[in-house]
Amino acid sequence: MTWRVTVDAAVCIGSGVCAGTAPGRFSLDAAQRSAPARALTEPDERIRDAAFSCPVEAITLTDAVTEEPVPLDG
Amino acid sequence: MPADPDIPRFPFPPAPAPYDFGPEMRGTMAKCPVNKVKLPDDSMAWLVTGYSETREVFIDSRYSRALVFAPGRPLYGVEATLPGSMTAMDPPEHSRFRKLVATAFTDKRIQALRPAVARIVDDLIDKMIAGPRPADLSHEFSLMLPASVICLLLGVPISDVDKFHAWSNAMFGDWSRSQEEIGQAFAEMGGYMAGLIAAKRAEPADDLITLLINARDAEGKLSETELIQVPLQLLAAGHETTANSINMSFVALCQYPDELARLRANPDLIPTAVEELLRFVNIAGSSFVPLSRVTREDVCLGGVDIPAGETILPAFYVANRDPAVFATPDRLNLDNPPKTHLAFGAGAHHCLGAQLARMELQEAFRGLLTRLPNLRMTIPLSELEFRDGQAIASMRELPVTWDDV
Repeated sequence: MTWRVTVDAAVCIGSGVCAGTAPGRFSLDAAQRSAPARALTEPDERIRDAAFSCPVEAITLTDAVTEEPVPLDG
Repeated sequence: MPADPDIPRFPFPPAPAPYDFGPEMRGTMAKCPVNKVKLPDDSMAWLVTGYSETREVFIDSRYSRALVFAPGRPLYGVEATLPGSMTAMDPPEHSRFRKLVATAFTDKRIQALRPAVARIVDDLIDKMIAGPRPADLSHEFSLMLPASVICLLLGVPISDVDKFHAWSNAMFGDWSRSQEEIGQAFAEMGGYMAGLIAAKRAEPADDLITLLINARDAEGKLSETELIQVPLQLLAAGHETTANSINMSFVALCQYPDELARLRANPDLIPTAVEELLRFVNIAGSSFVPLSRVTREDVCLGGVDIPAGETILPAFYVANRDPAVFATPDRLNLDNPPKTHLAFGAGAHHCLGAQLARMELQEAFRGLLTRLPNLRMTIPLSELEFRDGQAIASMRELPVTWDDV
């Protein structure tokens, strides 16, 4: 299974919760907006933690093949 | 090794004015974004005052919260109550707790609470209007609003809010506050919460404590001790912080009458103003030691080499005045372009209640500025009294008056 990780930059408030929760999996730009380090990844619990913990729910995880959402409370 | 007399002692002496830093902090931040300081027990720490360096400390996993609480390491003030709590953990362990409560604090949930918070604001203002002038904004409004909101969220009876005022006052002690005193307040709060949890087990309700009980009883996601600790931490964290943010923000606006007038004329500016106030206002007392970290490995921060095992103090309230990032750092300026300030920290420990605090501040100022004509302080800034030695800069009172409604 492969996950697609997306961050909605318009919703992101730059809290850095994702980068702190899942080290190396997210990067923050000069305006402190987050983006995934890799758009496609193997299932990764740290990324799931980050998506679940985002205060503005800006992170979406989907199955890259089926496009079904990945449950965050796993 | 002989003691270096050039290393300043921290915390620095109190600043001469509540919205400024003293000469020691000014000198330190001008010298370098990362400076060595000596703590009261003569141990060394690194005080971080630069914006990008402070963000790095908050976000980068090489700066650990868990190591602050390593066995044998001395703890100061309110930190002594925190071992075993989610602020004393690193991810991924920290994430287990954060996820238990994160859903209750997402922006979506918080926006749904806005009408209820607006009603609390209006009720408090109705009472102020019915009462005598001058009124004490701090006790009649600023403390009541966040206490009412966090009690509503958790499911704590509002009639017990006075108990929490007393306990949280004792807990937000400074370096001189005895561990026994802090420990006793914490134990009393624990006893109260255990009773409340037993009552809600018998009679579940639509609140955060019931949600946590289900997470323990049905899903085994936390222990009984943790079930008691998590709501207590939320109560403590969401209480005096927001109250003092409302007080200090109102006083700051009074020092900038042009900005206050703009805000009254155009309440649509309130969300922008709240962000600028969060950046500008420091709610921490002068003896506050920033939520420290310990280096997990050798690091280079702001060009300074720091070995593993050293104490790092990220002074976010100083970083919020970094001239490299903010155009007019020492002036409250609603035209400052929106930047991500550090009032809520950053990274895995970014304030869980950030969206709630923002919304409460917005609703507080909507109510105060639109319903109380020409609301103003009745004493000058220099006569405001702060309770000594608090980690949070609590005002004894904030006397205000307003024109007839």
